[in-house]
Amino acid sequence: MNSLFPSIVSRSQSSGLMNFFVPIISIVLTLITGSIIFVLLGFDPVYALYTFFISPISSTYGISELFVKATPLALIAIGLSYCFKNNIYNIGAEGQLTMGAIFGGGIGILFHDTNAFWLLPLMIFAGAIGGAFWGLIPAILKTKFNTNEILTSLMLVYVALFILDYLVVGPWKDPFGYSFPKSRPFSESGRMPLLFDGLRVHFGLIIALFLIFVSWFVFAKTIFGFQLKVSGYSPKAARYAGFNQTTLVFFAFAICGAFAGIAGLAEVSGPIGLLYRDISPNYGFTAIIVAFLGRLHPIGIIFASLVIALTYLGAEDAQLFLQIPSAVGFIFQGLVLFYLLGAELLINYKLSYKKLL
Amino acid sequence: MSNTILNIQNITKSFPRVIANKNVTFDIKKNAVHAILGENGAGKSTLVKILYGLLEPDEGNIKLNNKNFKVNSPAEARKQGIGMVFQHFSLFDSLSVKENLILGIDEKMSYSDLENKLENISSRYNLPLDLDAPITALSAGEKQRVEIVRILLQDPQILIMDEPTSVLTPQEVESLFVTLNALVKEGRTILYITHKLEEVISICDTVTIMRSGEIIDTSSTSNQTAKTLATKMLGQKLDDLKTNYGHIKDEVNFDVKNISCDFNDPFLTDLKNISFQVRVGEIYGIAGVAGNGQSELMDILTGENINIKSGSITFDNKKIEKYGPQKRRDLSISFVPENRLGHSAVPELSLSENILLSQFPKNNFINNGIILKNNVDDFANNVINEFKVITPGNDAKASSLSGGNLQKYVIGREISSKPKILIISHPTWGIDAGAEHSIRESLIELSQNGTSIIVISQDLDELIEITHKISVIYDGNLSKPFKTSEVEIEKLGLLMGGKNE
Repeated sequence: MNSLFPSIVSRSQSSGLMNFFVPIISIVLTLITGSIIFVLLGFDPVYALYTFFISPISSTYGISELFVKATPLALIAIGLSYCFKNNIYNIGAEGQLTMGAIFGGGIGILFHDTNAFWLLPLMIFAGAIGGAFWGLIPAILKTKFNTNEILTSLMLVYVALFILDYLVVGPWKDPFGYSFPKSRPFSESGRMPLLFDGLRVHFGLIIALFLIFVSWFVFAKTIFGFQLKVSGYSPKAARYAGFNQTTLVFFAFAICGAFAGIAGLAEVSGPIGLLYRDISPNYGFTAIIVAFLGRLHPIGIIFASLVIALTYLGAEDAQLFLQIPSAVGFIFQGLVLFYLLGAELLINYKLSYKKLL
Repeated sequence: MSNTILNIQNITKSFPRVIANKNVTFDIKKNAVHAILGENGAGKSTLVKILYGLLEPDEGNIKLNNKNFKVNSPAEARKQGIGMVFQHFSLFDSLSVKENLILGIDEKMSYSDLENKLENISSRYNLPLDLDAPITALSAGEKQRVEIVRILLQDPQILIMDEPTSVLTPQEVESLFVTLNALVKEGRTILYITHKLEEVISICDTVTIMRSGEIIDTSSTSNQTAKTLATKMLGQKLDDLKTNYGHIKDEVNFDVKNISCDFNDPFLTDLKNISFQVRVGEIYGIAGVAGNGQSELMDILTGENINIKSGSITFDNKKIEKYGPQKRRDLSISFVPENRLGHSAVPELSLSENILLSQFPKNNFINNGIILKNNVDDFANNVINEFKVITPGNDAKASSLSGGNLQKYVIGREISSKPKILIISHPTWGIDAGAEHSIRESLIELSQNGTSIIVISQDLDELIEITHKISVIYDGNLSKPFKTSEVEIEKLGLLMGGKNE
C-alpha cells in the first residue's frame, strides 16, 4: 500500500524537463484556481474563462492590443533578467520606467512644436539614460554602502512617481489643458510609428524584439553574460575568477534601468502621446512575474509577456461583460507567481510515494 | 553467529546515472572496529547513509542483532542504537559546548542528569571538554570530541565515524584512537569509514573494501599491509612517489615578506608577520590544523583579498600584493582554493563553462568579449583526457562529478596552462586514494618541469610525501621552514599544536 501523502525527495541533479514544465504547470493550476474563483462568484467558469482569456484576442484589434501590453512587459522583463541572473533583486523597474518616461517625455515636451526625424531617437536615448540613471542609484548604494537593493530600488519607485506627479501638475502642465494634470502632447515626430493602420501596436514592439535578441546573444555568447551568471550562482567563484563584481552590479542595474526607461518612453510616446499621472498599470512590477515565468530566458520571456498581457486584457473584458472589478487581473497575476514559486520546488526535488511498511 | 551485530544483505541502491551500491553483503562483528575502505565514489557514503536512515535502499535488507532493521531518518537510527559522527561538523559556532550538546538530544533529560552523564562520558572515554567554551574557540579535534560526546549521550551500540582523522593533528589522532579503543572495550562497535590505509591497519580489526559500489573483500586486518589494501581498493598497483631535490634552482621566484592582516572578525584568524620564500621548481608545504589562518593566507596569495596591513609579495621582481586574481594569472600564477563546489568551480555550470573561470594570457578563449566556444571545449576535452576525469562529456555539470574527479579536472585546468607558480590549498581533501595519488603525481611532475608550488594542507602525510620544504601555520604565525626529508613528524605535530620549545 502506498502512503497517502508524497514525501519530497531531493533530485541528484536539477531536472531540465521540469525547468521547462514548471511555467506550464503553474499556468494550468492558475486556470483551475481561477475557475473555482469564478464559480464561487456565481459565474459559469467556462464562459468566464472564455471571456477572460479567449474573447480578448478573438479579433485583430485584440491581438494588436495584446502586443501593445506585452511590449513593455517583455522589454522590462528582459532587462530584469540581467539583474536576476546576477542575483540582484531590482524591484524598482516601475520607477526606472517612470524616470525613462520623464527624461524622454521631457525632450518630447521641450520640442512639442518641432517635427524632425531625430526627435524620436533622441527621446528614446533620453528615456534609456533616465532609466539607467534611476537604476544606478541603488547600484551605488549597494556597492558603496552595502544597502539592500530590494528596499532602495522599491522606495525609489515612489520617489519617481512623485516627481512625475509634481511635473504634470506643476512646471510641465499643459497650458491649454484646462488644468488637467497632464503635459502638452508630443509632436507627430515624437510619437512611436504605428506598425499597421488603425491598430495601436507600435514600433516599440520592434525595439523590444531587437533588445531581446541582443540579450540572448549577450547571455549565450559573451563573457559578460557568463560573468553575470557566475556571479549569480556563486559570488566566491566570481571572486576567484577575478570578475569585478562592482562593475557587474553597475552594468546589470544600468542595463535594466535603460530597458525599463525605454519601455516607459515607448508607452508615453506610443499609445499615450503625452505625460500624465498614470502612465503604467504596474508594468514594472508585473514584469518581475514575466521574468520568472519566462525563466529569465529570452524566448521564455516572449511567451510569458504574452500570457501576462492577456491577464490585463482579460481583466478589462471581465469588467465589461461580467461586471467583475478589473482587479481580478491582478488576482490571476498573483496566482501565476504563487504557483510558479511553489512549482519551482519540482526542479530540484521530486515527489515520491513511499511504500508503507 | 552470535557475535554479529549487523548483517547487511544484498543492498542495492542506484541513482539516475550510477549504481552506488551493488548487492552489498557483509557482516559486522560486535565489539570491534570495522573499517570500510574505498575510494570516493566507491559507495561508502551511500552505504553509511542507508544505515543512518538518510537514504532508502532499492533492494536488500539489514539486520541489527538478528532483527530486521529499517529506519527512515537519523532520529530513528539513533533510537535503534546507531550514531554517526560526520566528517564535516554540524555545530553551532556561536553557542557553547554545553548548549550544543543540549540541542543534540532527542529525548527529555534533566539538567543535572545531563551534567552527570557528560562527566561520566568525558572521563570514561578520554574526552575532556570545557563545557562553557564557545565552539569557535575550539580546535578541530575538540570540536570532534563534542560531536562524539553528543552521540555517546544517546548510548549507541554502533558508532559510525566518517573520515574522522582528516582534520586532526597527529597527537589528536592518537588521542582519538585511545577513545575508540575504550569504546570498543565497553562492547560497542565502530564502523570506521576511511581512505587512509595506515589507519585501517593500526586501529581496525576487520576491513571491508569497496570499489565502484561492490564489495571486493572483507577480511581481518592482521595479515594486511598498506600495499595489499591499496591494491585491492584501487584494483591496480600504485607506484611510490619520489621527491627529488635535484631539479630545484637556487633562484627564489616567490617571496612573501612580513605579511600582516587584521580582520576584526572573531571567525577569522589575523595573520601575523608571515614570511616565506619559494625557489624555482620547489614544492613548499604549509601545514597546520584548520582554522589557523590557512584560508585567510590563501586569499592573500590568490589576490581575492588585497587589503593587507603590511608586507609584500614579490614575484618575478614585481610587487604583486595589490594585484587581483586576474592580474596575477596574467603573470602566470595559478591557484586552486580548497573548496571545489562554489569556489574553484561552479556546480551549476558545465565542465566547459568552468574552464572560463581561470583564464591565462596564453588561452585563446575570448575574442572581443565573445566566447570562442570551440577553443574552450577543446581545452576542456584535453583536460578530461589528460587527467583521466571520469565524466560523460564536457557538457556535464560540475556538480555531477565525484569530488575526486572534479578536483582532477580543476587541477588539470590550472596545470594545463603551465603556470610558473601554482598555489593550491588542500589538493586532495576528501577525495579517494586513486585520485589522490594521481594528483600528487602530477604536482611532483609539474615541479620537476620548473613550476614552483605552494601547498597548504592539513594532511601532514601528504605534505611529507610531496613537498621539499615545510613550515607550520599556527594562530596566524608561520614557523620557519624545515627540509621535509629531514624534519621529525613529532616536531611538526608540536608546532601544529602551538608548542614551540
